[in-house]
Amino acid sequence: MDDQKKGKAIVITSGKGGVGKTTTSANIGTGLAMNGNSVVILDADIGLRNLDVVMGLENRIVYDIVDVVEKNCRLKQALIKDKRFEKLFLLPAAQTRDKTAIKPEQMIELIDELKKDYDYIIIDCPAGIEQGFQYSIAGADEAIIVTTPEISAVRDADRVIGILEAKEIHNPKLIINRIRPDMVKKGDMMNIDDIVDILAIDLLGIVPDDEAIVISTNKGEPVVMEEKALAGQAYKNITNRIMGEEVGLLNLETEEEGKLSKILKLIFGK
Amino acid sequence: MDLFGLFGKRKEQSKNVAKERLKLVLVHDRADLSPKLLEMMKSDIIRVISEYAEIDKNGIDIKLTRMKKEGENSPVSALVANIPIIKVKDK
Repeated sequence: MDDQKKGKAIVITSGKGGVGKTTTSANIGTGLAMNGNSVVILDADIGLRNLDVVMGLENRIVYDIVDVVEKNCRLKQALIKDKRFEKLFLLPAAQTRDKTAIKPEQMIELIDELKKDYDYIIIDCPAGIEQGFQYSIAGADEAIIVTTPEISAVRDADRVIGILEAKEIHNPKLIINRIRPDMVKKGDMMNIDDIVDILAIDLLGIVPDDEAIVISTNKGEPVVMEEKALAGQAYKNITNRIMGEEVGLLNLETEEEGKLSKILKLIFGK
Repeated sequence: MDLFGLFGKRKEQSKNVAKERLKLVLVHDRADLSPKLLEMMKSDIIRVISEYAEIDKNGIDIKLTRMKKEGENSPVSALVANIPIIKVKDK
């Protein structure tokens, strides 16, 4: 067993759509690879493939996950090697099929296979709690819940946490995405404590609503590679925590407050 | 620096509204109990109690909430009923 590597499969899920699962998957996967880990990011959103464009690998797809499951190709043939990192791979979703194309057992088999050769398997789960969600969590050892500071996203996150617990995926970790420190400060957006209190799970990290994410997605380059971007720093911290390091939370409030209060002090002198 | 105070326009923080609404829907979500089902339970409870006592129908407050149980970390769902009794019926 010693020469057989045993990787860890982590599903990125949220319930609600549009909260940043795919961006989170791309950045965590890339961040882990930047640290020398071998990583496969698996796009489980069959029919609505997107991880390929976020990663900037859309032109390289030949086979996809359904081809692997249906044995039209070997697993290694479907894995797309990243342009930037030697040990980073993407297993793309099929675009012209639907979520009935994969069964949970097939997913378990596929992930077990990947875990032999790679340190981390990051599963980008589709929105919802139906079939796509069910097969996405089937092979996962751990889960990361992505939410935003909105009622609907937190509600869905709570629901997903309950389902994961029932499926015996314990202790999911939370990422709060798209925080706007200016709105939090005014009391017009739930803050980190509010959300952590309500969901009652461990916080893995916070990511600010950062223009840099839009720009990096436009270019197909995960923001985690961007040293200077606040969101890049946030994902870097998250990656380090996944690897077991203790990293303090990014202080969004003071950075934003810093600028604002400086201006206010100039105007009001206090 | 308090801008609302400065312009004399203090209003309730909308995040608190969000939090309260969220807590309420989650109580129902987690217990898998819809407001409709709660309403049915409520009328059954009232019917049963009415057999024994005359109750103040306007003062009834039955709701689902979260409660910390002795010796347990995570809170559990609890049905809290406040039913004012006017007079116990003679049996």
